[in-house]
Amino acid sequence: MTRDAAEKQGRTQGSADVLTDAVNTWCPGCGDFGIQNAWKALVGMLAEEGIPRERIVVVAGIGCHAKIADYLNLNTFYAIHGRTVPVATGIKLANPELTVVAHAGDGDCYGEGLAHMLFAAKRNIDISLMVHNNGVYGLTTGQYTPTSPRGFRGKSTPHGSVEQPIDPLELALSGGATFIARSYTRGAERLKSAMRDAILHKGFSLVDILQVCATFNNLYTYYNERVADLDDNDPSSRDDALAHMREWTYGGEGRIGLGTFYRAEAETFDDAYRDIDAASVDREAAIREIVAEHL
Amino acid sequence: MYDSFSVLVGGKAGDGINEAGALIARLMDRLGYRVYVEVDYPSLIRGGHNFATVRCSADKVACRTEELDVVMALNDETVERHGERLADGGTLVIDAGGENGGDDAGGEDAGGADSKATTAGSAGRVVMGVPLGDILKELKAPPVMRNTCLLGAFCKIAGVPWEALEETIRAHIPRKIEQNLEVARRGYDTAEQRTTLPALDLPHLPVITGNEAVGLGLIRGGCSAYVAYPMSPSSGLLHFMAEVADRCQLKVVHPENEIAVMLMALGMASAGQRAGVGTAGGGFCLMVEGLSLAGQAELPITIMVAQRPGPSTGLPTYSCQTDLHFVLNAGQGEFPRVIVAPGNAEEAYYWSAVAMGLSWRYQVPSIVLTDKMLCECSFSLDLDALPDVPEYDVPLWDGASPYRRYALTGADGDAAKDADRGPDAAAADRHEDAAAERGTSAPEVEAARGDAAIGVSPLAFPPLPGEVVKIDSYEHDERGITTEDPAITVRMQDKRRSKWRGLEAEVEKLEAVAVGGDPEAATALLCWGSNGGVCGEVGDELGLRVVKPLVLSPFPAAHMERALDGVERLICVENNAGGQLLRLMRVNGFEADDAVRRYDGRTFAVEDLRAGIEEVLS
Repeated sequence: MTRDAAEKQGRTQGSADVLTDAVNTWCPGCGDFGIQNAWKALVGMLAEEGIPRERIVVVAGIGCHAKIADYLNLNTFYAIHGRTVPVATGIKLANPELTVVAHAGDGDCYGEGLAHMLFAAKRNIDISLMVHNNGVYGLTTGQYTPTSPRGFRGKSTPHGSVEQPIDPLELALSGGATFIARSYTRGAERLKSAMRDAILHKGFSLVDILQVCATFNNLYTYYNERVADLDDNDPSSRDDALAHMREWTYGGEGRIGLGTFYRAEAETFDDAYRDIDAASVDREAAIREIVAEHL
Repeated sequence: MYDSFSVLVGGKAGDGINEAGALIARLMDRLGYRVYVEVDYPSLIRGGHNFATVRCSADKVACRTEELDVVMALNDETVERHGERLADGGTLVIDAGGENGGDDAGGEDAGGADSKATTAGSAGRVVMGVPLGDILKELKAPPVMRNTCLLGAFCKIAGVPWEALEETIRAHIPRKIEQNLEVARRGYDTAEQRTTLPALDLPHLPVITGNEAVGLGLIRGGCSAYVAYPMSPSSGLLHFMAEVADRCQLKVVHPENEIAVMLMALGMASAGQRAGVGTAGGGFCLMVEGLSLAGQAELPITIMVAQRPGPSTGLPTYSCQTDLHFVLNAGQGEFPRVIVAPGNAEEAYYWSAVAMGLSWRYQVPSIVLTDKMLCECSFSLDLDALPDVPEYDVPLWDGASPYRRYALTGADGDAAKDADRGPDAAAADRHEDAAAERGTSAPEVEAARGDAAIGVSPLAFPPLPGEVVKIDSYEHDERGITTEDPAITVRMQDKRRSKWRGLEAEVEKLEAVAVGGDPEAATALLCWGSNGGVCGEVGDELGLRVVKPLVLSPFPAAHMERALDGVERLICVENNAGGQLLRLMRVNGFEADDAVRRYDGRTFAVEDLRAGIEEVLS
């Protein structure tokens, strides 16, 4: 439905509202609603921290997660599959005053675009990556993803996946990420604070959000039985972080720790570009000067 | 063939061949000559056969000759490969000393000098031995200074005053200047004068590579960020932008791969930063998904695509014109794009600036299609000979709320607001567009419709208090919210497609097809890109018209029609096997009678092309 048509029907929300009038097409019970709801609170929480909503830019990939770009009444870049991170990086480099939050799916960001995530971690670019990790490709109707457990029966692996899942947290840690957390779409307060902390962290932050696909991979019961807050972790310690990450390896048994695994302070990539001011240069004069050096 | 003087320096990779070529170019430039330097090297770092050819003339030259006036050989292979190319009265300089530690330019050369003297010795050709090894040993100079020694010898052979070389060395050799001068002087004193290249009363011009000229053009076009992954032959552009980043205040980024390159640049564009990217065909393959995103999301981006022979890795350090249809058609879906194909340094500068300007004026991707020859060869650059670079306005949002990133304005907007129009109304629009494309719409009507007629929505960038900017890779409505509605889809497709009209009108205002040679001749050479130099020279010599499109998308059909007016025979010259420009011409209703093609990765020398044309005409 167009906004014009919606206006005629008096159904548009004011600009102060966090959601647009786009018709929501997530399945009932989808964990993505939890993430969208977190944003409703986050906009106000960030404003209190001095980040007005117009400075927020949300980047999404392609997949069920990415519909959030249509639903959030914020600046958005609805990008392409696997490429949220480089788009978000470009936006941050262009204007470091923006708060750039990339949303991605697990297939999107740990599969198609894995290299980008590792390099964003390596650079410590000051963007946040929220991964809607549901262990299944939802929009393409049910195939295994990089974080599906071995034996996962999907449409492309009818006899069960014969691959081990990857651990995105360990990858991000070895890549150099300075903020690594895991959260769950059940537990609104926990999710909100994880997203908030990640966004406020200066540097590359990853929140791997266990987000349940109600239609193709309903893990509510499995997660509910295993999740636990990480209350015994020292997030300044890489060893602690690694030990806790290894308690659960995206399949099988073990405690699924929720919370901040690792947090460190480091110079960010965008800092190196912050003072560059193209407007301060007389281009024609600079060109003449450079050309003259080639005499 | 223009009156010119050509010198080739050859040796192994690591011998400083390119540097020697560059210094000869600087030297001749200092004397008022226009220079062209072609570098030929295999894809390796040490060993192999490298050579640089420097051609200098009072005329502007942008191609090589097969015939050489001086060959300076740092190894036997140079003598074997290029000795036969010496002109009557030419000079072959070899290393006569043979003491220079393990290199095959040593004893073997000295031993073989006699036989080579026989080969080269006819028609007044001379083999001149310079004891490079002995000189270096005596002056305790490192082996890499052999090229400096040859430079000294060249200076003497060419009858160039020593002072000119001394100035050149002082200006362009960064380290060990005094030792280099000493080595060069010994080369100068050892050699014999063979000719006199007089100083010319012409302004002294800078010598720059095509890569550098593209970089300067992008900067002139407002580029404030350059993102690239290294790939021959485009890496020189990345290096140049990194080098000038501080004083031009550029954000230069080298990310993990070309996919990231393109997407980062589009992220920058979405936030208002003018970004350029560069690569060769293989890297462009990875950029194509981003190119299509730029088409759908209406993001401006300028991409330099440097051609090198493929398929796949092909011949990484050689030249060709094989990616025209790739760049014309790359990307899923239909969207407008600008493609320019410069052929020398001035054109590279001007058209890169134009490409970036048009990208931002129309929110479309633009491609600067170059090749190894243009990228890595050096040319005398005369910025003052260029027309002014057009200034293209960027249509910005006027602040009227709500902001709609993909607003349909004016005539198109009125249509869009009529929600009940249905597909028939959209079809009527398409008929109108088609009529406009056929040129049946009155120009004043076109002008009155302004931006509305060309599908350009005003730009704005976050942060905008009270507003949102939504960019979308899906089909979307005016706000940038995803839709699958058929009527909106048609309107948005038509909006984007209508930019072709605006682009065509812009191209009409530019010198999009250059005509050279004898503009009245009934026989014409048709060429594009870096073949412009060699075709221009052969055209002048044989009294042919030379027609060269500089814009390949949108195809400058009206310019082409005028350029070919009165042509009875058209010969299409290309560096590919399949005739890519010819195919594009045919699609646009033009036909050529003959073709001359070279696709061995090497550029046409004047003599090759002349022979090819004469064969066709005989």
